[in-house]
Amino acid sequence: MTQKKKNDSKSASSDRGLYCGVDVGASATKLTLIDAAKEIRAMVVRPSGVDYAATAKECLAQALSEAGNASKLARSVSTGYGRHNVKYADASLTEIHCHGIGCYHYIPHSISIVDIGGQDNKVIRLDDTGQRIDFKMNRKCAAGTGAFIEEIALRLGVKIDEMDPLARRTDHTVRLSSFCTVFAKTEILAHLRRGVDVAEIVRGAFMSVIQRVVEMDPLDTEVVLTGGVVAYNPIIAEIFSEKIGRRVEVPPHPQFTGALGAALIALQQSTNE
Amino acid sequence: MAEEKKTTIKKIRSAGPMRQLMADYFKELDEASKTGSPQIAWCTSVGPAELLRSFGFLVYFPENHGAMLGSSRMAPDLIPAANAIGYSPDICSYLTSDIGSYLRKNTPLTKAFGMETVPLPDVLVYNTNQCRDVKDWFSFYERELEVPCIGIDTMRQIGDITPEHISGLIGQHKALIPILEEISGQKFDIDRLRETVKSSYECTKGWKKVLRIAEKRPSPITFFDATIHMGPAVVLRGDDRAVQYYETLNAELEERVANGVGAVDDETYRFYWEGMPVWGKLREHAEFFAEKKSCVVASTYCNSWIFEDLEHEDPFEGMARAYTELFIVRSEGYKEKYLENMVRDYNISGIIYHDAKTCPNNSNNRYGLPLRFSKSSGVPHVVINGDLNDLRLYSEEQAKTQFEALVEQISEKAK
Ligand code: SF4
Repeated sequence: MTQKKKNDSKSASSDRGLYCGVDVGASATKLTLIDAAKEIRAMVVRPSGVDYAATAKECLAQALSEAGNASKLARSVSTGYGRHNVKYADASLTEIHCHGIGCYHYIPHSISIVDIGGQDNKVIRLDDTGQRIDFKMNRKCAAGTGAFIEEIALRLGVKIDEMDPLARRTDHTVRLSSFCTVFAKTEILAHLRRGVDVAEIVRGAFMSVIQRVVEMDPLDTEVVLTGGVVAYNPIIAEIFSEKIGRRVEVPPHPQFTGALGAALIALQQSTNE
Repeated sequence: MAEEKKTTIKKIRSAGPMRQLMADYFKELDEASKTGSPQIAWCTSVGPAELLRSFGFLVYFPENHGAMLGSSRMAPDLIPAANAIGYSPDICSYLTSDIGSYLRKNTPLTKAFGMETVPLPDVLVYNTNQCRDVKDWFSFYERELEVPCIGIDTMRQIGDITPEHISGLIGQHKALIPILEEISGQKFDIDRLRETVKSSYECTKGWKKVLRIAEKRPSPITFFDATIHMGPAVVLRGDDRAVQYYETLNAELEERVANGVGAVDDETYRFYWEGMPVWGKLREHAEFFAEKKSCVVASTYCNSWIFEDLEHEDPFEGMARAYTELFIVRSEGYKEKYLENMVRDYNISGIIYHDAKTCPNNSNNRYGLPLRFSKSSGVPHVVINGDLNDLRLYSEEQAKTQFEALVEQISEKAK
């Protein structure tokens, strides 16, 4: 996927070069290029694959060409699971930090960020000034992560991009009570045997992910949802709102908030230099 | 390039004499095991070691063996053998790795000290002050080796320690005497007990001094160093050689302080480690924190071998108090107060709670304490999931990301 933003005219801001944030996640690598005015100039996402360094490099080449061939790179910050593999990065920071910065950019007040990633979940709480109060990561288990959704899709024989429209076909949610992905798959078998509609099971899988997150934190401030799972399945935000009984915010490009945060940090670091 | 740098850990010279002391200790046990004399008592780590020494027993601590199985990373291969005979993977991984080591006839003592097996016991003596697992652990050997298993059943979750608690425990200590007399063929000698308790108390003073010197900035020692140098305080308390060892170590640490040498270069952040070490990852953790200019200066774990109440005119009351005063035996309220003092004394920037999957007893994050304490003290924390010995329950990447995120959080706040 490539997205191009505001790169029609060469502004004075881009003359100062572009700032890159690259988030090398366990499943996908996301890269955001911004200019000195914090405008997004390109966003690229690719499967991280097995060679993180090569994927990060390819993402950058693609983003730079999207942003206009004459663009030059001023500074890069890497984040995510494979942050230390990015050879061109000038600095690296954790995804916890970068998600905080990326979300606060769009929603600048006290928030609880819930990031549902391919392999882990995070809850990051920020105060009114954007300072992190605390954070939590899920236990090292697929429960409640993108990996869980992928496993369930496989079990049901449904393509990942069919999950969201399927879940929208029903208001009924099948309850999947097991913590464990393997046990949940056994539960699904039992539901299928009883003739339960696949759409209800898909909704149940989304609800199960939300349930795991709700167990992590009281979420007592405004909830902001991010991550690839949310980007591809917007219905999760809707079910989440129903579950907690209040609105849940989703920032623009929820899969890229970590990468955006890293790019914003790159810009800030070069301003400080 | 944002690659991870490797930092080398500063060596403590006294590690040499300590290794020699530990080698001597194991050599004596090995000889005694082979010849049958002197007799050997197995004791839980905070059990009545002084009473046993007063009878002339050499004292062996299976938990020390457990830690060796962890740090040598043999545990994950041995635990399944214990699981296969019905010891759950969810219970103490010291227990399961030790029993697995017995079943597979494979011990780290062979490589470290040339011993074929662990020293064989004449008696097994526990104190359940720390957990029930120690009793179940020793009961396995009671059945397997047909050796008597006796001990002290301490109450848990104690707030204030009352005279009733103490009198009951004194009674339980005294009740062991006739059994130990019979096994050892020795008459109980109160003066020998007094001497042993005195020596043990001297060891405590030396060990406490080692830990307290970390209050200095920069600290001359890290938690990771301390987990190694606590060896003599664990296995040789009540033996004057442990007292002498801590004199040597303290002299070296004082020298570091006098020369302004920190265990970590450019020490910037100071952490508290709550819970067990991840034994198989000590080096990685030590390097990681050093690279972040962070020193883990204090821990509940290393402080658990400070037994100040041993100083008492009645050695039985001294032991009863010392082995009940411990953090692990106490209520949540006591624990919060304890952390408050530690954070103040050591000038702590953040707390790391290790939720060790197989040791609920040393995992103090499970009843809401981290959130309560961060709220009341303003000190940020992180909870990492892992285990003392079973590395299959630990995710290196996740733990490191969490450590790093905590350092970032603290440094952002300091700006
Ligand atoms: S306190 Fe924990 S580690 Fe120690 S013996 Fe008991 S269960 Fe095992």
